[in-house]
Amino acid sequence: MQSFTYERAQTPAEAAKAAAERENAKFIAGGTNLLDLMKLEIERPTHLIDVGRLGLKEIEDTSDGGLRIGTLVSNTALSAHPRVRRDYAVLTRAIQAGASGQLRNKATTGGNLLQRTRCPYFYDTNMPCNKRQPGAGCAAQGGYSRQLGVVGVSDSCIATYPGDMAVAMRVLDAVVETIAPDGTERRIPIADFHRLWGDTPHIENALQPGELITHVTLPRPIGGRHVYRKVRDRASYAFALVSVAAVLQPDGRGRVAFGGVAPKPWRMPEADAELPRGAKAVVGRAFADARPTEHNRFKIALAQRALAGILSDAPAQQEG
Amino acid sequence: MSEARRFPVSRRGVIAGGTASVAAANLPWSDVKAQQVERSVEPPSVSVSLNINGEERDLELDTRVTLLDALREHVGLTGTKKGCDHGQCGACTVMVNGERVNSCLSLAVMHEGDEITTIEGLGTPDALHPMQAAFVKHDGYQCGYCTPGQICSAVAVLQEIERGIPSHVTDDLLADMQPTNMEMRERMSGNICRCGAYSNIAEAMADVAEG
Ligand SMILES: Cc1cc2nc3c(=O)[nH]c(=O)nc-3n(C[C@H](O)[C@H](O)[C@H](O)COP(=O)(O)OP(=O)(O)OC[C@H]3O[C@@H](n4cnc5c(N)ncnc54)[C@H](O)[C@@H]3O)c2cc1C
Ligand code: SF4
Ligand code: FES
Ligand code: FES
Repeated sequence: MQSFTYERAQTPAEAAKAAAERENAKFIAGGTNLLDLMKLEIERPTHLIDVGRLGLKEIEDTSDGGLRIGTLVSNTALSAHPRVRRDYAVLTRAIQAGASGQLRNKATTGGNLLQRTRCPYFYDTNMPCNKRQPGAGCAAQGGYSRQLGVVGVSDSCIATYPGDMAVAMRVLDAVVETIAPDGTERRIPIADFHRLWGDTPHIENALQPGELITHVTLPRPIGGRHVYRKVRDRASYAFALVSVAAVLQPDGRGRVAFGGVAPKPWRMPEADAELPRGAKAVVGRAFADARPTEHNRFKIALAQRALAGILSDAPAQQEG
Repeated sequence: MSEARRFPVSRRGVIAGGTASVAAANLPWSDVKAQQVERSVEPPSVSVSLNINGEERDLELDTRVTLLDALREHVGLTGTKKGCDHGQCGACTVMVNGERVNSCLSLAVMHEGDEITTIEGLGTPDALHPMQAAFVKHDGYQCGYCTPGQICSAVAVLQEIERGIPSHVTDDLLADMQPTNMEMRERMSGNICRCGAYSNIAEAMADVAEG
């Protein structure tokens, strides 16, 4: 690991300001993704700003009946919150389908949104990777691409956003709140938070340098049946090959987002609209522009089967 | 070299955080060039106070030292094991302020003032923690390398069930959680056992859960 100086920020504004003042500075929250990558020298900050003591650990009701989640709320605490379990169960299900108990205790809401891809070539510093080193090339294309993206990918990079929590937040239309180094606050809809990176795969989200996530807000609950189904190589403690987050209404309408298939949680309003016509119609629409490799073509069929399984379940039943 | 000489007070102030960080840009040593020189001479270090198994420990550590390495290499508590060093195996599981975490994916300096409980703090050979006793009784290990992490995790799992934290296999998110075999297996998935002692570990846990 490259050496770094360290400071503990006391307020969100101060953290953002400090990040802009120092060259090559990074925030550290739980550290479960950043330190993993720092040990491999994939991330090489020379200054760490610890945001772990900023407060921001509250989950509060908003005036319109929604929920405002501080960025430092742990994945465990968020998934266990009584209102999340009751009103946003897809979020509890998605979080609990990810990582391990130990990691979820440490992982924070903002850090989870910002976790980086699990492309094996991104992790292998001996291989060319445009995301790690812009312009180096992409070893995954023509390589072993079973886990990688099938839709929204580019010639530069076919990696996926690997997380679970954000897929649920996408069907819930969450909003990410931030503060910039100059003190400006803004609200970024989750749909616009993760980028389709095109030929700049090292730029993965809408945050500007030094911009700090302070909260994530969930709009008023929309009822319905909440489901998160994750398909992976083992039954627990593995990243998704494909995941499906869905909120389904009794009349057959609803919302659906796919994880493990694209650079961001994959949801299209046009695909949502196909829900009453079944899984084939939804997946046909959501993956119309897919460009899978021979190794990961199976993900499209898998997405369809996972969704079909959800739709055919008894409406009263909840599942994970 | 004494720590005081290596780190003048002003630097220590910033390392400890606080309002000093905003002023940092104005201090001469925060100049980028000066920093690079400093780094090439000696990597930055920090003072950290941890409460480990009820005892206050004051340490001077390179900022890069993980909680795991602090425990093993600097405090001499080698019960906590290093398997993967990347959050994948659970051998390094300890409790921080009552919650289990992977000590390999956390910096010691992030834990200033935190209460750390390691396997050494759970029980002693003369006075085993009930979970330690149950692992002995049920043969919850073979080589024993993963065992300290398994036991710390197992103790925490039963507490998490009691606190009503749901899991991936919980059917009804609104009902009370039960320490069923399925629940315990799912919740222990972050602890890998190369020897495959899983079913005996689950039995040890069931024994403790039944009281
Ligand atoms: C073995 C293993 C298995 C895993 N399995 C899964 C899985 O199945 N599903 C899944 O979804 N995840 C999984 N994860 C990933 C895990 O969820 C993430 O590591 C975790 O959520 C990151 O949160 P953190 O707080 O530790 O982030 P950190 O590591 O602290 O930070 C991650 C990034 O976010 C930035 N950051 C943090 N907070 C802020 C903020 N407030 N504002 C701006 N930037 C910020 C940091 O600078 C850093 O770049 C796994 C991880 C491991 C190690
Ligand atoms: S797919 Fe993306 S992350 Fe993977 S090697 Fe190619 S450029 Fe790197
Ligand atoms: S050593 Fe920490 S999880 Fe393996
Ligand atoms: S007892 Fe040998 S690894 Fe678990």
